[in-house]
Amino acid sequence: MKAFATLLDRLVLTPSRNGKLTLLADYFRDTPDPDRGYGLAALAGGLDLKSVKPAMLRDLVLERMDPVLFQYSYDYVGDLAETISLVWDGGAKDVIDDDHQPRLSEVVTKMNSLGRTEVRSAVRDLLDKLDTSSRFAFLKLVTGALRIGVSARLAKQALSDMSGKDVPEIETLWHGLIPPYEPLFAWLEGRAEKPVLATPAIFHSVMLANPVETGDLEKLDPADYAAEWKWDGIRVQMSSYGGIKKLYSRSGDDITGAFPDVVGSINFEGVIDGELLVGGTARSNNPTRTFSDLQQRLNRKTVTGKMLDDYPAFVRAYDLLFESDLDIRAESFLERRRRLGDIIQGAPHDRFDLSDLVPFTTWDELDRIRIAPPDPVIEGVMIKRKDSPYQAGRLKGPWFKWKRDPYNIDAVMLYAQRGHGKRSSYYSDFTFGVWAETPDGEELVPVGKAYFGFTDAELEVLDKFVRDNTVDRFGPVRAVRAERDFGFVLEVAFEGINRSTRHKSGVAMRFPRIARLRLDKLPRDADRLSTLTAMLDAKTG
Amino acid sequence: MKPEALLHPTPAGLFCPIGRFHVDPVRPVERALITHGHSDHARAGHAKVLATRQTLDIMRLRYGEDFCGEEQAAAFGEEIDVDGVRVSFHPAGHVLGSAQIAIEKDGLRIVVSGDYKRGIDPTCAPFEPVACDVFITEATFGLPVFHHPDPKDEIDKLLTSLKQFPERSHLVGAYALGKAQRVIRLIRDCGYSEPIFIHGALAKLCDYYAGQGIDLGDIRPATIEKSSPDTFKGAVIVGPPSAFQDRWARRFNEPLIAFASGWMMVRQRAKQGGVELPLVISDHCDWPELLSTIKEIGPSEVWVTHGREEALVRWCELKNIPARPLHLVGYEDEGD
Repeated sequence: MKAFATLLDRLVLTPSRNGKLTLLADYFRDTPDPDRGYGLAALAGGLDLKSVKPAMLRDLVLERMDPVLFQYSYDYVGDLAETISLVWDGGAKDVIDDDHQPRLSEVVTKMNSLGRTEVRSAVRDLLDKLDTSSRFAFLKLVTGALRIGVSARLAKQALSDMSGKDVPEIETLWHGLIPPYEPLFAWLEGRAEKPVLATPAIFHSVMLANPVETGDLEKLDPADYAAEWKWDGIRVQMSSYGGIKKLYSRSGDDITGAFPDVVGSINFEGVIDGELLVGGTARSNNPTRTFSDLQQRLNRKTVTGKMLDDYPAFVRAYDLLFESDLDIRAESFLERRRRLGDIIQGAPHDRFDLSDLVPFTTWDELDRIRIAPPDPVIEGVMIKRKDSPYQAGRLKGPWFKWKRDPYNIDAVMLYAQRGHGKRSSYYSDFTFGVWAETPDGEELVPVGKAYFGFTDAELEVLDKFVRDNTVDRFGPVRAVRAERDFGFVLEVAFEGINRSTRHKSGVAMRFPRIARLRLDKLPRDADRLSTLTAMLDAKTG
Repeated sequence: MKPEALLHPTPAGLFCPIGRFHVDPVRPVERALITHGHSDHARAGHAKVLATRQTLDIMRLRYGEDFCGEEQAAAFGEEIDVDGVRVSFHPAGHVLGSAQIAIEKDGLRIVVSGDYKRGIDPTCAPFEPVACDVFITEATFGLPVFHHPDPKDEIDKLLTSLKQFPERSHLVGAYALGKAQRVIRLIRDCGYSEPIFIHGALAKLCDYYAGQGIDLGDIRPATIEKSSPDTFKGAVIVGPPSAFQDRWARRFNEPLIAFASGWMMVRQRAKQGGVELPLVISDHCDWPELLSTIKEIGPSEVWVTHGREEALVRWCELKNIPARPLHLVGYEDEGD
């Protein structure tokens, strides 16, 4: 448990991706089986562990502690698991040494073997045997609140770093194996052959597209390519075989539990690649709804009946990897699509449809189509080589994405915050605003925040402006001068705009970044909120 | 005599009307008795100052020659008469020169402990319990959540990180007086003998500690040498935490921010401060040390000064020890 707890402590406070990868790879290398496998499962969200209610934990603490002192402590720390880990009787002074504390695997096995009436005393016993930081890790695991900014993808990358094997290979195996993944580690360390999977109903690494860049298409014959709309949803993979039905995000996170409406409607076997959207399928003649509607359904473990009614989900299919248990990834795109069409034909009409092909004969024609798509939820076109096999990863050539151009506005820097790691001495996170009509006249209202898009040299300029023009400080945040005739104008590029109840301005940008520093402009030349709300109306209208 | 007649809180700090002196006053006064050199306790501008030799030296280093009108040095254990009140200084184990002050009149003894700790610290004299009627304790870490671990385990975290991230400059935040020197000494005690680089703000105090016989090993200023930009790769640099957010920190390669402080016990505190590697090293008592000190001294009354008074007062109530908070203002735990 100690090694896992130490890893958690470091991961929580390490902002950089590379730093996290180093910590993870070191952990997987140095920790024995089966602990590391359970650690991996805990980080990547695949650990099945008996859960404990916070109320029981509180009861356990109060068996030994004055409730007033506990309340003072909880008020100060603000997190129940952390408070309990810190105030638990015994403290740090008489801990059992690291080698004799329960191992992560013991904790998992023990918890999962308990009957209902045994949980209380077992948890008490474990809290007594663990040190402060291990107690914290244990409490986070059993309350199911492990939020440490490590995705399954990152964990797989760390396994790849540690072993030299490819991420797609690891990814495929991963979903066919269960914790503690001993055969996986044996193979990663070269001690055993690659494990053989029993079923295709697992996650397979997805094929990705490259953005179209200047000159890319000129060399290519449009007749060799097919085009589809690029819908603004999330990429998913549906796997179904032998009664096992799963829905995965494009990074391999299992999101089955959040989409019972889609998964419950699967009546076919195979592995399908597609876009998850909300609204109605093309076949049901209901409109596809926006990404912000889809967001209502994302990042949830479970879903209410009302959510299912208000935001019905469906999958717009565009590729087939396995037909039943037959791997057809080596077939051409058109052949796979033909077989996919047959499957979708027989699937429930309200939950599945087939992504349309967009006919075109020249690249110029496709460019015109891309700029003016027929549906506001389309964000461009996908271009796929007709004879391309399905290959995991981002190869240059077979698949392209050609998005409509980003939106741009001129906004005024309002607040700045220091960055992390390499940027900890720079003001590199900027909140920017635009002009809005208020009862007191025109004022700047914040509309978003961006922390990339600029070069290192531009960051020097931005940072200097912040330091020289600070008018107020709120903890780590500085307010800067932003007046009609003095301030810093930023050209902000973004992918889309949503209505937001959380932001005062009523709008939220997607993927905003600093496109240019507009040293040539004054704040009074910046855009107005009405420009943004007009974009919103254009989209929904 | 009631204890309040001998010593009571005033806006300027604790005041003894009989001896006409203040303890650790927060504004200039006629006569000040100072427990230790941290800037919230030791301020410049008093007419007369009575403190240990080391505390006086530290005040001079920080505020200059004219930090007070007239100084008087107190040796540990020496009894000094101040206008009919008997005072004596005893080690507090907080930082170099730190003292508790015992104040006695007509058989009533009050001990002002100042800031203190019970853990081992090779950079200062260890805390000495003094029997008394009223014990005035700090409560900086006066909550049951605070359990300071063995500082050497914390330094091991730093040394492990140096191995894991050999490219990155490890910036260790530590307050200039006491903590910085203790951390450097601890790093040495854990077997690290490479040069340690320090921010300019630490130079005078590190020199002073070395002059007082506390060996800090090879200490170098963290100034840029144009000839070798790689000097700081994988190096340990100690400086005041505020400097790490300053342009000063840009000279370092992918800096990894560590912070040596008792506050680092709470993850959210570390996270808010942008600290990647929290080192729980404190110059104050943790919760169990506060409780064991009160039990050991066994005063008939406990007064709680700055920090988390309410929890410690609550604990005393549960143990039937009369206790009250003094609500002193102006002490900002600079030392941690």
